[in-house]
Amino acid sequence: MPHRLEIALKDNLLDAEGEGICLKAKNYFGLNLDRVRSINIVTIDAALSKAQLNTVQNEIFTNPVTHVSSFDPLNIEFDWCIWVGFRPGVRDNPGSTAIEAIEDLLAYKFEADQAAYTSKRYCIKGRGLDYSDLDKIAGELLANNIIQQWKIYSARQWDPAEGIGFILPKVILDHVPTVTTIPVDSDLSLKKISDERNLALNPNDIPAIRSYFQNEETRAARARVDLDDPTDVELEYISQARSDHCNHNTFRGLYRYYDRTTGETEVVDNLFKTCIEAPTLTLKAKKPWVVSVLWDNAGAGCFDRNHYYVITGETHNSPSNMEAYGGAITGIVGVYRDPLGTGKGSKLVMGSYGYCVAARDYDGELKPHLHPRRLLDGIIEGVRDGGNKSGIPTTFGQVLFHPGYLGKCLVFVTAVGIMPAQIDGQPAEAKQTTAGELVIMCGGRVGKDGIHGVTASSESFSEHTPAGHVQIGDPYTQKKMHDFLLEARDEGLIKFITDNGGGGLSSSVGESALFSNGCQIELEKVPLKYEGLDQWEIWVSESQERMTVSIHPDDSDRFFELSRKHAVESTVIGRYTDSGKLHIRYSGKTCAYVDLDLLQSGFPQWEFEAEWLSPEQRGLHEPVLGAPHDYAFLLLDLLSRPNICSTEWITRQYDHEVQGTSVIKPLVGADRDVNSDAAVIRPVLDSQKGLAFAQALLPAYSAIDAFHMTACSIDEAVRRLIAVGADLDHIGGVDNFCWPNIKYDPLHNPDGKFKAAQLVRSCRALRDLCLAFEIPLLSGKDSMYVDGNLAGRYGETHKVSALETLQFSAIAVVDNVTRCVTMDAKIPGDLLYIVGTTRNELGGSEYYEHLGYIGCNVPQVRPDELIHLYRNLSRAIEKELVASAHGIYRGGLAVHLAMVAMGGNLGLDVDLTKVPINRIERDDILLFSESTGRFIVTVNPDHRAAFENIFNGTGCARVGTVTEKANLVVKGLDQDTILTVAVHDLKAAWKKTFGELI
Amino acid sequence: MRDVNVLVLTGYGLNCDHETAYAFELAGARAARVHINSLIDGSAKLENFQILVFIGGFGWGDDHGAGVIQAVRMKTNIGRQLMEFVEKGNLVLGICNGFQALVNLGLLPGLAQNYHQRSVALTYNDCGNFRDQWVALKVNPASPCIFTRGIERAELPVRHGEGKFFADEATLAELRKNKQVAILYALPNGEPANGRFPFNPNGSVDDIAGICDSTGRIFGLMPHPEAYNHPTNHPDWTRRKEFDRRRGDSRQTDLPVGVKILQNGVEYVRG
Repeated sequence: MPHRLEIALKDNLLDAEGEGICLKAKNYFGLNLDRVRSINIVTIDAALSKAQLNTVQNEIFTNPVTHVSSFDPLNIEFDWCIWVGFRPGVRDNPGSTAIEAIEDLLAYKFEADQAAYTSKRYCIKGRGLDYSDLDKIAGELLANNIIQQWKIYSARQWDPAEGIGFILPKVILDHVPTVTTIPVDSDLSLKKISDERNLALNPNDIPAIRSYFQNEETRAARARVDLDDPTDVELEYISQARSDHCNHNTFRGLYRYYDRTTGETEVVDNLFKTCIEAPTLTLKAKKPWVVSVLWDNAGAGCFDRNHYYVITGETHNSPSNMEAYGGAITGIVGVYRDPLGTGKGSKLVMGSYGYCVAARDYDGELKPHLHPRRLLDGIIEGVRDGGNKSGIPTTFGQVLFHPGYLGKCLVFVTAVGIMPAQIDGQPAEAKQTTAGELVIMCGGRVGKDGIHGVTASSESFSEHTPAGHVQIGDPYTQKKMHDFLLEARDEGLIKFITDNGGGGLSSSVGESALFSNGCQIELEKVPLKYEGLDQWEIWVSESQERMTVSIHPDDSDRFFELSRKHAVESTVIGRYTDSGKLHIRYSGKTCAYVDLDLLQSGFPQWEFEAEWLSPEQRGLHEPVLGAPHDYAFLLLDLLSRPNICSTEWITRQYDHEVQGTSVIKPLVGADRDVNSDAAVIRPVLDSQKGLAFAQALLPAYSAIDAFHMTACSIDEAVRRLIAVGADLDHIGGVDNFCWPNIKYDPLHNPDGKFKAAQLVRSCRALRDLCLAFEIPLLSGKDSMYVDGNLAGRYGETHKVSALETLQFSAIAVVDNVTRCVTMDAKIPGDLLYIVGTTRNELGGSEYYEHLGYIGCNVPQVRPDELIHLYRNLSRAIEKELVASAHGIYRGGLAVHLAMVAMGGNLGLDVDLTKVPINRIERDDILLFSESTGRFIVTVNPDHRAAFENIFNGTGCARVGTVTEKANLVVKGLDQDTILTVAVHDLKAAWKKTFGELI
Repeated sequence: MRDVNVLVLTGYGLNCDHETAYAFELAGARAARVHINSLIDGSAKLENFQILVFIGGFGWGDDHGAGVIQAVRMKTNIGRQLMEFVEKGNLVLGICNGFQALVNLGLLPGLAQNYHQRSVALTYNDCGNFRDQWVALKVNPASPCIFTRGIERAELPVRHGEGKFFADEATLAELRKNKQVAILYALPNGEPANGRFPFNPNGSVDDIAGICDSTGRIFGLMPHPEAYNHPTNHPDWTRRKEFDRRRGDSRQTDLPVGVKILQNGVEYVRG
């Protein structure tokens, strides 16, 4: 008999959650709710005595100071009541901790069929509401039907004795695990089965798969283990490994690049090899600080003699688009497993985020699954809980709004870790599996969740996307595992470690077995959340918070002792072998027997047609614009644009200083409210060395040319690092591509060839700029298919594709953190300098976008001109000659002068005639052009000569002063004052857009 | 000089262990990071330590109330050892999640020497969200708190979603009478915040940021002293550095106030 405990805050206490719901109902739907009180419900499905129930009620679930609680429905008045609970099988984190707490307190053990479930009930007071209002609140504010269910009660319907009754979201599969054999008699039938089973096999791969399983030698070997045609376990394994997500077929593809301007066609064989791998290897040979690249879960660079840092970035777009909170928390918690699975294991020291969504106040006709506002709220909260509960500071982040993300949003998450250079005298970055070692799965259990995640993310979003791949990350379980594995690492127990992410055991075991050249897995040993999973499901499930570890059998006792101490579940699921085979058995019977080298051979390369049309050929041109008169008004409007304005409400929700390492925070300045150029942390507490980190996202330029989008993004990320005091000698990069589908299809993707050409151009820019700035790519990922098909007003559907987007991350080692600088003007009387040249490069700018144009003159990066400027600025900062430094990014000079002034709450007097320019004759072009390579610097007048000597008169000019009177005053090219605006007003405009959000 | 041994409790999702241990070492102590389960299974012994720190983080994911399950686990399994530790005159410090655990254990406020009763709570922030910001703090000079001795004002970061101090009026009166309110949220100029957001970041009644027991040896606070272990942790450090240099002032060599708070504990033990 289950027991249902309801818990609420005492009536006289503010219910902040309830207040938040009132506010959102009003702002989002125009519904006036008088009052919302929330009730937490714990349903305990276990045979506990009355005394035991009272004990858990009082000791665990009820705070006598703040709570009331009862095993009968609480009598809280309402006009309407909404109950929200999870659907069966959805991860219920508080339900799990409730079980842990009850077991501990009562010394009781829950049986396999017993559990505790959490849910919520909202008591809503408000006049004139009807059922449809409540359904809207439930479905669009409180719950997502993909993971949750809800019930709505009016006051009249409510039975005060019965309450919500007993709703137990128990998974009952009632299914005997079965291995199915799949005939491979023809390509067509295999294709059909692939479609039916959602295998997402590439049609080009099908002949190769068939020929392998029809090969006589293969068949003879298989017969010895009682196998004939392939099993579903095997085909699922191949499908996962061959998916674009795991295998990067797009980047390894063959491109026929036709340039319509020159009429020439060029064959580009493998973008990954030519534009990522080759330059990185070239640079690795040149830069001894590059420790480990291109093979592990994250790349590694040298921090100091005793430590290496590791970095990687990920996206989690498709799941977040379906269930924002669950997708985002799974994304951040997932990317945190990458450093943990790098080398023999790294401690996490930092994370960051980048969100791309449609306008928060979108009110168009298209119907995305989640409204962008709700999507963004959910993403923010997911990454917040995932990061904060992992105890990892989230030190940097960006949000970008563009209508192209209505089809699918982007959620970038990046992780930085640190490891000792050596463990037990052995290099920490190296690892391998050896025949005879144990295959161990640690952490969470396996359920149906996350099945076909990687194949789903290799498709465009549609209403038929299986919901099963949406999960809810569990940072608590992972944090315990993180602490455990690092202790095991330090004792030298770990021979190999990797995470279970996309593809689950199929990927992690499959890849780790390549080192020893084989493995034998006993699938029935894998701990399950509930019975009834088929073998193939166990093998490919993406259930979260799991790592796969290899240890020597002699170390087993100690490893499991530590595992118990940290309350982490670990299980031996097999052994590594050197048989050359991936051999999987279930209760002694073989269900997969595949040559490990199958995936390395015999599969055809993907091929793409790419066709480049120059911006001019596409009809792009500069707008015919006369210069504006009211610069103050214009600047205030630009500052309040969503892609420029303050997003402090997001930043403050993220713990950005846990671990005690914070040096440059995300918000800086006199009022601690203006965005810093980059984050700096001191990851080794007793060292003065630091890591500087920044990212850039500039998809607007892709509307003109993704080559320059890419080049500008790299330049911006680099400049952000230079601005806080890093130098060019040690910068590592991470590329995260998010691209719309590039496979041409006359009906479904008519501009696919152009998008493919954009990808080729982007990769070339990546190669060129990384070589020029000498940035090895420490890690990178790609996520294609950023498209969605959305219903319109009449039920017709529209394909919405995102702009070609690259997030570029840059990281640098800072020798002495006490020499870092921030971007805020510091002291009146300081001299104001501009470093770098402004050109007429308004194409794709925020200014043009504000006025409704794209233009054509996209900013370009000229590394040869820039590198010496960057070196000079680094030297000036290193010599402590600089009071503040800030890059000029999106929005241009005017916007970023405003940032420097707002940062210091001080005025700036600026003379535009002094600014280094190249062919600019108009104030608006100078003020809003987004030319690369520029900084705003303030300098103590005493250091004037020393500072100017470093630049030796080139590329840097004194353009004004910092003033006590807090006005931004700009004198135009004609020597007239064209702009005078109080810093207070600048800040008000900059903060008003999202100012009400906390 | 006597060794001062600090036990920094870890495990189950707690997460400020490294910097708390580091800051205590800067303060002159020897700090050991010890898993809760090592105390429970006896492989680590409280009797070897003089300061016990309940650290920040998200024990058990903060599910069912921050600090609640940690308190249940400690009380159920090592409640007696914990009381013996306190009765011997040792020090207990709870930071953020640790403060929440101490009030759920009843070690704070410990009114009328009852160290088992929950009489105050740290509940959801009025702003409705987790929040990371630095706060200005004012120390109550009349408080017997060991850790705040000699400190008048401080700036430290808060990082929590459940930090609103709450108690009924009678309990508050008792706390005031016993001078147990050790540290308060203030305006940057040191005046009381009087509930004003964001200076009082969570809506704590009476601006209470931290309390001690009547002996002053048990202290809990929401702000994080260990996160101010280096001058560059302070949000204004680049500004201050520039101002100081113009005045001809070279680098500040003083310990950050975060470490000073811990040092007070270490020096008390050292006697």
